[in-house]
Amino acid sequence: MSSDHLARAHGAVAGGGHGEVMAMPELESYRDPEAGKPRADYGDADIYRDEKSFNEHTLRPMFTTTPAYFIFVGALALVMANGFAWFTVQMFVGMGVTGLHEPVFWGSYIATFVFWVGMSHSGTIVSSILRLSQANWRRPILRAAEAMTAFSLLVAGLFPLIHVGRQWRVYYMFPFPNQRMLWPNFKSPLMWDFCAIGIYLTGSMTFLYIGLLPDLAAARDKAIADGNWRQHYLKALALGWRGSHREWAVYNKCSLFLAVVILCIAPSVHTIVSWDFAMTMTPGWHTTIFGPYFVLGAIYSGVAAVITLMILLRWIFKLDDVIREMHIDCLGKLLIVIAILWTYFYFTEFNVTWYSHKPEEWEIWEWQGRRFPHLLWLMVGGSVLTIFLLAWKDIRRSMKAMFAISLLVNAGMYTERYLIVVPVLTRRDNAFMWTDYFPSFTELSVIAASFAYFVFLYAVFIKLFPIVTMADVKEGVLISGDMRLGRHVARVQVKE
Amino acid sequence: MKSFNYKRQNNYSWGMTIDLDRCNGCGACVVACQAENNVASVGAEQSGKERNMHWLRIERYIEGTYPDVKVRFLPMMCQHCERAPCESVCPVYATYHNPEGLNVQVYNRCIGTRFCGNNCPYSVRFFNWWDPAWDADQANQLNPDVSLRERGIMEKCSMCMQRIRRAKDHAKDEGRPVADGEIQPACAQTCPTRAITFGDRNDPDSKVHELMHSGRAINLFEEKGTHPAVKYLKGGAAHVI
Repeated sequence: MSSDHLARAHGAVAGGGHGEVMAMPELESYRDPEAGKPRADYGDADIYRDEKSFNEHTLRPMFTTTPAYFIFVGALALVMANGFAWFTVQMFVGMGVTGLHEPVFWGSYIATFVFWVGMSHSGTIVSSILRLSQANWRRPILRAAEAMTAFSLLVAGLFPLIHVGRQWRVYYMFPFPNQRMLWPNFKSPLMWDFCAIGIYLTGSMTFLYIGLLPDLAAARDKAIADGNWRQHYLKALALGWRGSHREWAVYNKCSLFLAVVILCIAPSVHTIVSWDFAMTMTPGWHTTIFGPYFVLGAIYSGVAAVITLMILLRWIFKLDDVIREMHIDCLGKLLIVIAILWTYFYFTEFNVTWYSHKPEEWEIWEWQGRRFPHLLWLMVGGSVLTIFLLAWKDIRRSMKAMFAISLLVNAGMYTERYLIVVPVLTRRDNAFMWTDYFPSFTELSVIAASFAYFVFLYAVFIKLFPIVTMADVKEGVLISGDMRLGRHVARVQVKE
Repeated sequence: MKSFNYKRQNNYSWGMTIDLDRCNGCGACVVACQAENNVASVGAEQSGKERNMHWLRIERYIEGTYPDVKVRFLPMMCQHCERAPCESVCPVYATYHNPEGLNVQVYNRCIGTRFCGNNCPYSVRFFNWWDPAWDADQANQLNPDVSLRERGIMEKCSMCMQRIRRAKDHAKDEGRPVADGEIQPACAQTCPTRAITFGDRNDPDSKVHELMHSGRAINLFEEKGTHPAVKYLKGGAAHVI
């Protein structure tokens, strides 16, 4: 298949921009040539028959809303309002309403911040790795993963604001000089953090938006045809996409470029977040392993979160035939690799600290074991257990089991962030100041609100934008076909 | 340009020694510091939650088992490190090193990220968890030379910056450098056993210079490489902390 041919096929996919949907005979390749029925690996529903039925099916979550959705969003709004109310109290009364005290200056807020930054990592990293490596199973999950990145970063970005003592002066951190031409301190890891998260947010939002373009056009065409109110913003956001050859060429080049850029930015962002800790001289934080440790941990929790989201999307929006068991299986295989690496990181960190037995570091570990034994078991046991459970294909293909495992992974990862921040600060260098910490109701409310906010953003996104990467899925169907090799018919695919 | 030349001529480097053999842990310095520097009193309940803000505290270390018990005292305050870990991590330059060797906190710049407190091995930086408050009588005796701090910012020992300023202004008016012993921080002034000595480390004739070079001087957490401007004097029969 020449690139011209491919571009013409792409052009057909976008529907021409005139509100009409072209017939897609190429989509016939979803049929098994021997039996004449849809292939088993495309699920049961006949949605791949032509472009219209595929579009109708994948745009249904966006255009159809049930009362349950509004009840759910209302419940989220209640949790968010509760968190916001407590945050307002904290801002007007003082940080004393948290459980923080001397010298535990950082607590569950910062742990949650690291958790959300970590969550944001997988979306775009996995998306860009899979795009660049041309993994065919990536297609339906890209959008959901990229949206996860953007929204968890938006949530993460709130935490530095929530946690500082004077929220009304937070603009002092913005990288521009004050009246006396004094710039912020670029030697501070917090400044690096501020810039890194800003760049990553910009990059991943752009990545999400560029990837959305062809699907926005398809949604726009449907909205115009149905007279739906969504046409107003879709018309503007789709940038007049018509699916021409040139548009596809630019689109492909741009996605490739952004994938490479994101792949460079993402590890640097979480390395810098780790440096908020590693660059200090605090025992337990000051370690060179923190950079790669945080990056890998971020990808680990992120992939697990992608699995959680995919299973929920399948279940809630009946997308079983688009996000198929095969995709969860592949994500499960990816998760095994990361879980093995992650467990190895635990091993090196624990082993080296235990062997050297440096008193100030060992004290932290010993205290952690005495104070939080259940959390340590959840964290280490969870990641070891994940490896063994995911080794079975039956488990990887069981949605309930995968849902439970992905939640276990993220519970372990949240715990891990908590155990990075808290035990170290409760056992500082100065033994006279040893203490304990427990988050207050205010902190728990705000953290609960952050989770609600994430789900809220996601829920709103689903109703305003296509959640399935339609163009990519259609392309995947288009570029695969059958080739007769002697007496066998083999499934072949044209590489992009 | 008189003041500029004056600054150049007098190359001060303020330092302090604390004689551990003399300290008997009476706590007078803690009270003096609080009164001088308008340190908020947080009350018994918040103090129990470890939110008190004593810029200077007496750390007690108990050795041995009953009845053979010894208590060691260690007055702990900001060490004014030459290589201060708190300074580099502050994103807004709220803490920096002034030309006279002191680690100073600029309250107006602080936004309360509390990163400095996390990077201070001595745990001598304090955060205003609430609006500052004093008991009725205390509120009437606030020091007009010292600014009050808002909730949400860090504060710490300033080596009684206001007293240093006053002595320097006085000396400048008389056209002479600050004399040794002319500046006394509140803690040093109050100490009944004269355990605390303050002065110019660059002045070879100063008392503090002599004590720092007496061979008894040690740095706290020497292995951290922070080079504190506060030295502790050990020795004699006393146990070394």
